[in-house]
Amino acid sequence: MHELSIVASLFEILEEKAKEKKAEKITSVKLKVGALSGVVPEFLETAFNIYKKDTIADEAELKIEEVPLKVKCEKCGAEIIKNDYVFICEKCDSRELKTLAGTELLLEKIELEV
Amino acid sequence: MEKKEILVLEELLGSNKKIAAEIRKKLEEKGILTINLLSSPGSGKTTLLERIAEKLKPDYRMAVIEGDIETERDAERIRAKGIPAWQIITGGACHLEAKMVGKIFPEIPADLDFLFIENVGNLVCPASYDLGERIRCTLLSIPEGDDKPKKYPKAFTTSDCLIITKTDLLPALPFNLEHAQKEALELNPKLSIFTTSALKDAGIDELIEYFIATLLKLRQKNA
Repeated sequence: MHELSIVASLFEILEEKAKEKKAEKITSVKLKVGALSGVVPEFLETAFNIYKKDTIADEAELKIEEVPLKVKCEKCGAEIIKNDYVFICEKCDSRELKTLAGTELLLEKIELEV
Repeated sequence: MEKKEILVLEELLGSNKKIAAEIRKKLEEKGILTINLLSSPGSGKTTLLERIAEKLKPDYRMAVIEGDIETERDAERIRAKGIPAWQIITGGACHLEAKMVGKIFPEIPADLDFLFIENVGNLVCPASYDLGERIRCTLLSIPEGDDKPKKYPKAFTTSDCLIITKTDLLPALPFNLEHAQKEALELNPKLSIFTTSALKDAGIDELIEYFIATLLKLRQKNA
């Protein structure tokens, strides 16, 4: 349950951005959360709604895009979505896979009122 | 009032990552190998460190940063072995963050060989936080069961090394060593795996050899 400390880091960035853009309000926050990010989107949402009170984002809506784990086989070039986290290529059995997506924990974009 | 959409693309844990990168750079410039130990509570991190301390002490200098929610107990156990230890009491937080290690940084002797960081006992949250380590080790003890790697993938996919502990209990418990190793390697084919018993002094020498070899590689890179 480290989602609250992750939300605290999120608000540090939000406040910095709001100040930078001289915004009065943040109305929408969009995150990208990878399947292997180590974070549970539902908990992130709960933590966000608790934390946002009395901040610049107190009316903001949180949107979370869940990103599946996507790997590329360095041997045969296949790009595969992995729901089982088994790092073995289904096409050629190689274990040399590169992770393309699915580990991210990213603030993608925000909507501001200026 | 005007509405604006702004593309940010910033990592939520970006500030932790940045602090961790600074810590790693400074420690590695001094030729110190930093090892972050992750596991569930009670899987034997402190006992393993006690055995490692006994074996390394004659020839190498080591220190330990202990992370716990409460008490100085683990740091006291390490100090009793004649090893410098700092206790971070998180007061409820389930993991260590790089800035907590950063606070201790000025006190870390420059002539160390090994700095061990024993994370808060938790197989989930600590996996998301880089502490500036060179090697991340996840411990899995026999009583926890051989099904844990797939249940807690993040810890295993982000580790360099898996240390299976308490192998002296294998005769008493239905733990399939081969199954656990196979599943861990499916998650992370690059894992180095060690099977150990701190109680029976089994496998610890091999683990220490791995740490020493990694230390030498780090120093060769520096030279």
